[in-house]
Amino acid sequence: MSYYKPKFQHPKLPKNSLGYTVADYDGSISTLCAGCGHDSISAAIRNACFLSSIPPHRIAKLSGIGCSSKMPTYFLGRSHGFNSVHGRMPSVATGASVANRDLIYLGVSGDGDTASIGMGQFVHLIRRNVNMTYIVANNGCYGLTKGQDSATADLGSVGKYGTQNPFEGIDLASLAVLQGASFVARSFSGDKEQLEPLIRAAMAHRGFAFIDVVSPCVTFANNVGSTKSYAATRDNLEAMPVDFVPMREEIRTQYKEGSSQTVTLHDGSIIHLHKASKDHKADSREDALMALQAADRTGKVLTGLLYLDPTSQDLNHTLELASQPLNSMGKDELCPGSRVLKSINEGLR
Amino acid sequence: MKQLEGVNDFVVKFANVNGTGSASANHLFAKAIFRMGVPVSPRNIFPSNIQGLPTWYEVRVSAKGYLGRRGGVDLMLCVNPQTMEDDIASVGPGGYFVYDSTRPLAPHLKRDDISTFGIPLTEMCMREFKVARLQQLLKNVVYVGALAALLDIDFSILKDLLSDQFKGKEKLISPNVHALEMGYQYAKENFTCPLPIRLDPSVIDAPHIRESQHILMNGNTAAALGAIYGGATVAAWYPITPSTSVVDAFSKYAERMRIDAGTGKRNFAILQAEDELAAMGIVVGASWNGARAFTATSGPGLSLMSEFLGLAYFAEVPVVLIDVQRSGPSTGMPTRSQQSDILAAAYASHGDTKHVLLFPATPRECFDMTVQAFDLAEQLQTPVIMMSDLDLGMNDWMSPPLEWDDDYEMNRGKVLDKNALDEAETWGRYVDVDGDGICYRTLPGTHPDKGAFFTRGSSKNDMAVYSEKGDDYVENVDRLLRKFETAKSYVPVPKVHDPIPVKKPKTKQKLGALFFGTSASPSYEAVEILAEEGYPIDVMRIRAFPFHESLDAFVHEHDVVFVIEQNRDGQMRQLIMNECHIAPDKLTSVLNYSGTPITARTIARQIRRALNATSADVVKLHPETA
Ligand SMILES: Cc1ncc(C[n+]2csc(CCOP(=O)(O)OP(=O)(O)O)c2C)c(N)n1
Ligand code: SF4
Ligand SMILES: [Mg+2]
Repeated sequence: MSYYKPKFQHPKLPKNSLGYTVADYDGSISTLCAGCGHDSISAAIRNACFLSSIPPHRIAKLSGIGCSSKMPTYFLGRSHGFNSVHGRMPSVATGASVANRDLIYLGVSGDGDTASIGMGQFVHLIRRNVNMTYIVANNGCYGLTKGQDSATADLGSVGKYGTQNPFEGIDLASLAVLQGASFVARSFSGDKEQLEPLIRAAMAHRGFAFIDVVSPCVTFANNVGSTKSYAATRDNLEAMPVDFVPMREEIRTQYKEGSSQTVTLHDGSIIHLHKASKDHKADSREDALMALQAADRTGKVLTGLLYLDPTSQDLNHTLELASQPLNSMGKDELCPGSRVLKSINEGLR
Repeated sequence: MKQLEGVNDFVVKFANVNGTGSASANHLFAKAIFRMGVPVSPRNIFPSNIQGLPTWYEVRVSAKGYLGRRGGVDLMLCVNPQTMEDDIASVGPGGYFVYDSTRPLAPHLKRDDISTFGIPLTEMCMREFKVARLQQLLKNVVYVGALAALLDIDFSILKDLLSDQFKGKEKLISPNVHALEMGYQYAKENFTCPLPIRLDPSVIDAPHIRESQHILMNGNTAAALGAIYGGATVAAWYPITPSTSVVDAFSKYAERMRIDAGTGKRNFAILQAEDELAAMGIVVGASWNGARAFTATSGPGLSLMSEFLGLAYFAEVPVVLIDVQRSGPSTGMPTRSQQSDILAAAYASHGDTKHVLLFPATPRECFDMTVQAFDLAEQLQTPVIMMSDLDLGMNDWMSPPLEWDDDYEMNRGKVLDKNALDEAETWGRYVDVDGDGICYRTLPGTHPDKGAFFTRGSSKNDMAVYSEKGDDYVENVDRLLRKFETAKSYVPVPKVHDPIPVKKPKTKQKLGALFFGTSASPSYEAVEILAEEGYPIDVMRIRAFPFHESLDAFVHEHDVVFVIEQNRDGQMRQLIMNECHIAPDKLTSVLNYSGTPITARTIARQIRRALNATSADVVKLHPETA
């Protein structure tokens, strides 16, 4: 069941450069469990789009199936959305993005949706470097089907019913780095300060931007012994702050040399990121993997921007697509006409 | 011994080993007959293998212009020792057998009711050509030369075709022409040429073919051109025989015709997906976003696309799918033809779903129906599946030429653009404003504050708001049914022909026959054979599902209706029974599902037998293969 939020807006709400207030980026009221991490991610996406002054209707929201995949209903009510099939959002997003290269694509998925049924499509999405932001709300379980372990559940993590997960978990961030993703980050739904700039950076990035967000399931995986509970995540969090400065804005903060790095994206936006260690380079896959491994070994949840290739070229480039969106082409661009067909007939006689 | 006779009326079959270059030589043979103006229909019968297994090529020549398989073999050309025993046995009495006599024919294979011609193909080529590869390839050209003498093929046409084939590789022309001449000379010197079966372009009884200036092309290429002309911009696929050549051809034409002249960039995107699920997902995503998108697949791929087809049906997203049907799962038989995905396609997916199907019977129809599929999918906002098959898709067919009307405008269906949204007072994605079950769509990115909605499967009300209320669901699926009714008036109507006059009918029963796709040609032929024998049969060629009302009427107007198709379970018959509420004993199956296309003789034989049988037996008739 769903209903719309009242349209009343406080007259003093601040406006972004398009004249929109943050409320213009709202969706319907969430029907997720109170306290579910996914709702914080929805809020972060809404805020990020507001802050980056993205016209809501230029965003297309896509998801698979799961509690997490319901999220797109709860933000950006003025954007088109597509709740597709379980695990197959990547292909739908691929088709949508080649059909109209001018929109901004935002995919939202779950750990079940991505790491199990959708694993095949996920790695192929990375491989193609589709120009989109892909967020996994990772709670280590299947929320919507009532709490079964997912493939990202950590080895030994205890589920709601007291059993320990006997399998090694799949680390989606490491996988994305290895598979060649051009933007890989991890965050925590409870860390708004980091998550918002990460989402803004991801949306400004050209190519595939992946954010794995630990997002506790309060109903099925927030118990003692669960490695993805709020408490366990907070206790082990090793967060590397991220600042995002959109193009045309000045950098006001002064950053200390060494522990941080500044990267300029293709559209002129700037990301300022803090690093796991001094000699860690943001554009080194090896460094990213080493940092992830080191954190994993000590039971830490390393968050922040792990890897970035600001020069990445997306699928539209690889396919040498015309700059005019394919979905706006008509007969003139597409239909060769009767004379050409006559000559084809001639060749077949 | 009486030898078979016939001018422009015989069946030649080649028995080869695949991967030895026989395909292009055999094609040369068929194309030469076509260029002479004699109706011809060649068919590849090939294994699911790249090299070393038996493969056949059957060429039917028919003065009257019958393009389906007739059944039987009049002249067998065998260069495959593995299959020689069966091949020689398959020649009809009075027929002809041509073989490579470098190795003598085993005595137990000799038949005295057929004429046998040995040509030492291997020996001749070893002697004449130095390069090993040429020795093997040109054997095939030598036998084409010999057949030219035996059957009276115009030699200059063969030479022209070789020049066309080797344009840009002129060095290859002279050894090929030499090989042709070697075969021709050998036959002239050693046999009485021509045979009593032979070609003569001056006595053709098929004016409809000559007048329309037929072309020779396969259905997959025609479908690919249909996608180009129909404005498809996104193609996603996963390779599977026999559908692969649809996207191959689309790619070839798109690289020629869809490159932006100014920038050199592409006005199309082709994505080789990781599997058919993804291929269909890409099509759904692209169509949701307003591009014309399609995929092509065969049986197993159709199964994998089933979940997405259901979503597209409920979410009302246009989809164009070209299903080039083959025989069943796994590998092997899949390189054989069938019409056996009918039910799987009509009802693909979970929940209450029905899909629009188109049934082309010629390459020309593959072209036209592919264009139409894009219009229908967007008008009806639903998947449209074009049901081709291996026989039509991969074999060369004589077809009326492709035609294009430059006034054609794509019918994009009910899509609201920015202006329309500005004017609209209210709008709900699934509100049936016009009462035809088809609602108004909006595309992402169209308007800053109007027209956005969340696309999802079945849990929604007509305003596209999430709902799990039973009433909302029922209202929605009932409307989808209304839309399917509307589709009846949009899809191609069945083709009926004037009945063939029969002087003294041998039966009082009113007989009818229903068929579709590649079953059509041999069915028309069988009906003519039976008319001559005193059995008048009215025919209707089905071209689409949902069925047109006239199909219902046709069934009711006849006492016995034969449904001719190429699968085991009589799937079209079941679909008709189910959708038109027709009692089972009204419809009699005529079937072939051996993997090789149905023949006119098989159809005639099964109908003959059904007419002599009691009505109870009729339905249970065991199908024969040919
Ligand atoms: C093909 C298919 N299989 C199974 C399901 C049932 N199902 C719905 S959601 C879900 C798991 C979702 O888990 P996740 O993606 O982690 O989302 P969460 O609910 O945890 O946010 C499953 C198995 C389905 N919808 N479709
Ligand atoms: S079940 Fe878990 S994941 Fe689903 S809404 Fe509730 S808390 Fe969130
Ligand atoms: Mg989950």
